[in-house]
Amino acid sequence: MPKEKKLMVNAIKDGTVIDHIPAKHLFKVISILGLDKIKTTITFGTNLESDKLGKKAIIKISEVFFEDQDINKIALITQEAQLNIIKNYEVVEKKPVRIPDFVVGIAKCVNPKCITNNENMLTRFTIVDKKDIALKCEYCEKITDKEHIKILKN
Amino acid sequence: MKNRSLVSINDYSTDNISEILRRTELFEKKPVQKILDGKVVATLFFEPSTRTRLSFESAVNKLGGKVIGFTDSSSSSVSKGESLKDTIKTVANYCDLIVMRHPLEGSAKYASELSKVPIINAGDGANQHPTQTLLDMYSIIKTQGTLQNLNIFLVGDLKYGRTVHSLLMAMSRYNPVFNFISHEKLRIPDEYKMYLNNIGIKYYEHSEFEKIQYADILYMTRVQKERFSDPMEYEKTKDTYILKNDMLNDTKDNLRILHPLPRVTEVDNDVDENRKAYYFDQALNGVFTRQAIISSILDIKPENDTN
Ligand SMILES: [Zn+2]
Repeated sequence: MPKEKKLMVNAIKDGTVIDHIPAKHLFKVISILGLDKIKTTITFGTNLESDKLGKKAIIKISEVFFEDQDINKIALITQEAQLNIIKNYEVVEKKPVRIPDFVVGIAKCVNPKCITNNENMLTRFTIVDKKDIALKCEYCEKITDKEHIKILKN
Repeated sequence: MKNRSLVSINDYSTDNISEILRRTELFEKKPVQKILDGKVVATLFFEPSTRTRLSFESAVNKLGGKVIGFTDSSSSSVSKGESLKDTIKTVANYCDLIVMRHPLEGSAKYASELSKVPIINAGDGANQHPTQTLLDMYSIIKTQGTLQNLNIFLVGDLKYGRTVHSLLMAMSRYNPVFNFISHEKLRIPDEYKMYLNNIGIKYYEHSEFEKIQYADILYMTRVQKERFSDPMEYEKTKDTYILKNDMLNDTKDNLRILHPLPRVTEVDNDVDENRKAYYFDQALNGVFTRQAIISSILDIKPENDTN
């Protein structure tokens, strides 16, 4: 665990640390949470060794605390990620990400004949299978499974 | 109903369906009643469907309302790149109700979120066509006296046929037995069979035209050539699933043959004179059903409604 310790040394005073992100999903997580639009300090680390994930990534965001419904969006991509809420350099809360019941404006519908792929509008899905991740489009009623989930750019 | 629009048959509870069927009968008894005086209904057909449009327009005219609208996007602003949103938001200012048909799936649902007047979905791509389902149900209850415990045969394109899928879902509420007759390439999708298994509804699959002596309803559908990559296979299939008059000899007295129309060859012309042929009456029922749906959505009572 010395590596983990070192990262914590560079830690933020107040904010959110998202840990245990599989390295290959880092940029998707950034996109889903819209971190490119945040003005406060953000530190990324990626390709860090992890026993569980092989290569993992970590994101530290100063002075930002997410709503559960926002953070849970990343569960579409990875359910291993963990959230640490930091106040005054201390981890005051650890939260796993939970798969939401419903997602708006995150994923793309797999059906090319769906209205959401042809109008400038938000997609809406009900998550009908939380185990294998399957999204049912609120508009065309077609299922987008995990293999076909594409994250929309914000 | 939180929204008065009719986008999907699943928007209607069993009570909602019963109310539509009750009203349909009132309009069948008295088709001309000027209860839509001063109302304007817009029919927006982003792709052509002449029968459906005429049926809606006939319904509105018999109720004394006015119809505005367009058919086929090639002649309207849609082809000039206007978004569906802008079209709906604009047209909603001109009318009390929008009837729309659109090639994209989910378009009617989206329109219902944007529009300040109710939307009736007259077909959104391969997705939903709820007024067809309701007129089919009216045709069933009218000819059988009940929706309960019927033996329903569905024939033809069971894989892609939207009318078949929503009729199956709607009739599943009334304890039917289903018989599916189709070419193996056009069988009913597994998701529907799983659904029927889950709710304990019996069904049988056949690759031949058989067992129709047990049928109460024989619902015929068109098989489209485009569904087959091999044209020879289509030619063979086409003939296997043609209903001819002599096949009806041993069938039940109460059997009625339904078809959403237009037909190609799947129901032979010699069936038309058989009193069990019901498809043209079914089309007439479509007008009464649409009168019922429109009046219900606009919350206007039929003149002969004593409830
Ligand atoms: Zn869709």
